[in-house]
Amino acid sequence: MLKSKTFLKKTRAGGVMKIVREHYLRDDIGCGAPGCAACDGAHEGPVLEPQPLDPASSLCPRPHYLLPDTNVLLHQIDVLEDPAIRNVIVLQTVLQEVRNRSAPVYKRIRDVTNNQEKHFYTFTNEHHRETYVEQEQGENANDRNDRAIRVAAKWYNEHLKKISAENHLQVIFITNDKKNKEKAIEEGIPAFTCEEYVKSLTANPELIDRLACLSEEGNEIESGRIIFSEHLPLSKLQQGIKSGTYLQGTFRASRENYLEATVWVHGDTEDDKEIILQGLKNLNRAVHEDIVAVELLPKNQWVAPSSVVLHDEGQNEDDVEKEEERERILKTAANEKMLKPTGRVVGIIKRNWRPYCGMLSKSDIKESRRHLFTPADRRIPRIRIETRQASALEGRRIIVAIDGWPRNSRYPNGHFVKNLGDVGDKETETEVLLLEHDVPHQPFSQAVLSFLPKMPWSITEKDMKNREDLRHLCVCSVDPPGCTDIDDALHCRELENGNLEVGVHIADVSHFIRPGNALDQESARRGTTVYLCEKRIDMVPELLSSNLCSLRCNVDRLAFSCIWEMNHNAEILKVRFTKSAINSKASLTYAEAQMRIDSAAMNDEITTSLRGLNKLAKILKKRRIEKGALTLSSPEVRFHMDSETHDPIDLQTKELRETNSMVEEFMLLANISVAKKIHEEFSEHALLRKHPAPPPSNYEILVKAAKSKNLEIKTDTAKSLADSLDRADSPTFPYLNTLLRILATRCMMQAVYFCSGMDNDFHHYGLASPIYTHFTSPIRRYADIIVHRLLAVAIGADCTYPELTDKHKLADLCKNLNFRHKMAQYAQRASVAFHTQLFFKSKGIVSEEAYILFVRKNAIVVLIPKYGLEGTVFFEEKDKPKPRLIYDDEIPSLKIEDTVFHIFDKVKVKIMLDSSNLQHQKIRMSLVEPQIPGISISADTPNMDIDEPERKKKKREK
Amino acid sequence: MAGLELLSDQGYRVDGRRAGELRKIQARMGVFAQADGSAYIEQGNTKALAVVYGPHEIRGSRARALPDRALVNCQYSSATFSTGERKRRPHGDRKSCEMGLQLRQTFEAAILTQLHPRSQIDIYVQVLQADGGTYAACVNAATLAVLDAGVPMRDFVCACSAGFVDSTALADLSHVEEAAGGPQLALALLPASGQIALLEMDARLHEDHLESVLEAAARAARDVHTLLDRVVRQHVREASVLLGD
Repeated sequence: MLKSKTFLKKTRAGGVMKIVREHYLRDDIGCGAPGCAACDGAHEGPVLEPQPLDPASSLCPRPHYLLPDTNVLLHQIDVLEDPAIRNVIVLQTVLQEVRNRSAPVYKRIRDVTNNQEKHFYTFTNEHHRETYVEQEQGENANDRNDRAIRVAAKWYNEHLKKISAENHLQVIFITNDKKNKEKAIEEGIPAFTCEEYVKSLTANPELIDRLACLSEEGNEIESGRIIFSEHLPLSKLQQGIKSGTYLQGTFRASRENYLEATVWVHGDTEDDKEIILQGLKNLNRAVHEDIVAVELLPKNQWVAPSSVVLHDEGQNEDDVEKEEERERILKTAANEKMLKPTGRVVGIIKRNWRPYCGMLSKSDIKESRRHLFTPADRRIPRIRIETRQASALEGRRIIVAIDGWPRNSRYPNGHFVKNLGDVGDKETETEVLLLEHDVPHQPFSQAVLSFLPKMPWSITEKDMKNREDLRHLCVCSVDPPGCTDIDDALHCRELENGNLEVGVHIADVSHFIRPGNALDQESARRGTTVYLCEKRIDMVPELLSSNLCSLRCNVDRLAFSCIWEMNHNAEILKVRFTKSAINSKASLTYAEAQMRIDSAAMNDEITTSLRGLNKLAKILKKRRIEKGALTLSSPEVRFHMDSETHDPIDLQTKELRETNSMVEEFMLLANISVAKKIHEEFSEHALLRKHPAPPPSNYEILVKAAKSKNLEIKTDTAKSLADSLDRADSPTFPYLNTLLRILATRCMMQAVYFCSGMDNDFHHYGLASPIYTHFTSPIRRYADIIVHRLLAVAIGADCTYPELTDKHKLADLCKNLNFRHKMAQYAQRASVAFHTQLFFKSKGIVSEEAYILFVRKNAIVVLIPKYGLEGTVFFEEKDKPKPRLIYDDEIPSLKIEDTVFHIFDKVKVKIMLDSSNLQHQKIRMSLVEPQIPGISISADTPNMDIDEPERKKKKREK
Repeated sequence: MAGLELLSDQGYRVDGRRAGELRKIQARMGVFAQADGSAYIEQGNTKALAVVYGPHEIRGSRARALPDRALVNCQYSSATFSTGERKRRPHGDRKSCEMGLQLRQTFEAAILTQLHPRSQIDIYVQVLQADGGTYAACVNAATLAVLDAGVPMRDFVCACSAGFVDSTALADLSHVEEAAGGPQLALALLPASGQIALLEMDARLHEDHLESVLEAAARAARDVHTLLDRVVRQHVREASVLLGD
């Protein structure tokens, strides 16, 4: 079975070394085609279809399989991923080359291969006896690989002839290399270029747009004028960086000015340095977030960062001269003192291109097939794409990928990837904000779903091992209305010795998600469930989140319980943790629970239990606040959705009831108890959550603001801050306290997950707890799943696995979780902003009262309590005479003409939707009261045209 | 550039083997006439030569003699040309000494030493080419040499290495696979009884996986036994043809 073959290889490892490796050739590798007698029983995994009928191609009407070469795979992966393309043979040679050249493409091709509906088969040709090819004298590695691919294609064609002489299965070789194609045809292999083949698919014309435009002819047609200087090869760049002539850094394009960018140089010795790049030629085709090498220009060419806002409006290729003129404008504005190190890009070390969301700017010429694409992110240049469906794509959000940026082209070339939908459409916009915030939101793959338990599911004997039966307890859950992922439930009962037994029961998600499988990996990648205004992006598949793990009432569910014995003063006497089975007696909303507690008529078991919990919670809360826990405030809003259209019809700020804080109090208690337990057991690798104390300078704004209202805020400890916030009250201004708390929230640091072995500061500042973790929401947070596993090992209810006790792996995981949480927050905010826009679109123009939150040099930031909406009002605008502005940093206040604005002043603003820029709609607000001539507008200007270019003073939402 | 993929999605290793497959083994017994026993083995590109002298009188200090059993003396060396870069010192370094001790432990467990009290058995092993699994090759070569010398043993000692990559146990690691840095385990087995003569691993491997890796190594060692057994029978047949009529 084994044929051994030894071959020699030379590698560079300091010097030349001779490497001898064995290479076994096998005769048991299957061809992947079903019904093949020759390799019967040898195929495993996904297999090709026996009779591949579609896609119907006019070039090769016979059923066929495709066999692409490396470059096709690398550049046309978007086409191959299309569901229309099936039955593709991926050779090992090709796969290895892809792996060495592009990790993202390699990952994508592996995903496709794992998708059984795509019928992709990986053929291990390098180890097959008949398809192995030895490198010949004078032949380079590339040529050898090309030959190996051709040999495999030929073998396939002959092999398939054997099994089905009558229906003639064919293998078609797809290559974009002209020479390779000629050679293949010479050898009798049917070969086409990717373009030819895709164009022949008459049933799927939309595929053509997804082709990456790399065709050489295309470049030849273009006017040969070279705009950019050549990028240096990587070896030269590395030399230059070593010798110090070039600097390596991350390219960051400016949002404001498309002709300007900065490069952050990460030096070893000095701190991060910033270099300015100005002008199209100096930017030299770098795109935002690329890693580039720059060369510093001589000092007499240094420039200052310009304050001009410039947006790329050009449509035509030929206005390079105009461009140069513009660049000159930039330079004359420079001021001697403000000159900064200036450079130019000499080469790209690593491209960081990703698919971009945006819109098509249709070409003026009706028949033109080339159009410009404007990305939603202003830092990304416009991309030229070729499409025949321009009119269909107009006004849609689309995704485009960059293919390359030739030297003679003003814009990079790209290709169309996906159509998301109409601009302004709720679903499309949600998709865009998920993509832009890098929130994984694709439906769960088949591999992930395969690890779900089979339905109908019930608790078995095996599940009850190491598990306590608590189904007799009177457990209930309290959640917001409409909640389907119930992850916590509570109970409280009196014990015979007069003490109280309190239990917090958390859904046992780690029972269903076993370490290391695809389901676990996917949840770890997602990190958190993302709640948008009208949508939830689940971290775990719905079967778990809304059914098997959700602690719904009157069904048996598995739980992880934390049970305390307390006296009536809420002092903990005993705590124990156990895996359990529970049966919730009621799922209540906060309002229902509150009603039960309040109504004297109800005295059933659930109500008494709730009353007991409520009593204890009050004591716990008091004690916590005495210790210095902060009660902060942020303006949270909730949209009332129209049940039919899901459009927001009204918004209101969230209402807080006693029961909210009751549940919260016990969750905190459970988290703290668990944190202590896992840290005790795993001092080196417990996953904890910390909230660092903010540096004192963060509080400056808060202290100054309070001073202006003759109040004193102490910030030396959390306790004194909490106390002084409680005391800060003004009888004439009841909202002041909330405003101060909102400001205090802004001073805080981010709470983060960390691994206990990698850090020594565990303190949670906001909760005033020496140690804290997340245990109570495993359905929506991955951190909780890890904590569950740690706790289960600590109490001996489950077995451990290597990654769990590897602190570096855990630290990496924490990094991802922190990133996902941050992105989820941003996405949530973006979703609220979008819904606010929808709301004001339907509502028209309204005037509302607002409070000034911050005072800036040329603007004020205001908060409208009614909507919890915040925005900036600018008092300077181009095309208008500047008003007289005097800014005082100490008080802080801003004097405009004769009116002075202080922090916390009450003003009146007008709110409207500005849709002058279709891609970036915003809420704008204008000052109504106090009236300042020339600045404020009257409250009843009814026919203000919001698309009018000469806008009045506006306020922009952040 | 990405590192080497040790195990592809299709289940093939770098050199084309599947997870549990051995490299090609070729062996010969009785390669030298002067020694009491000798053997040569090739396991893929790992090539080793073993020579056995004894049992004979204790050489050197008499004090080393054991009253109840024979002394097993093992020496390991690897040729200066055995690796990609020429080695300075063929034997006597720390690694060689350790290997010698391990071999000694292995063969003290296998040879019926109590049959030859107050005597000495010398086993010299030299690796001519190293491509992973040198310990295993040495043990296998030495087994054949000891058999060739006619020293009574409990059973063959068959050794094989095993590693662990992507939750799969790989048998008989090559140099490339060893160099990748995963855990590696060396096992010497007495196949008939299933007793372990030596088990050695100096990397971290989670307890849960130990069983599967051990199982892979044991299965591979049994496969080695089948092959060695064939070599011995072949050798005996040839020898009897020469001796007999």
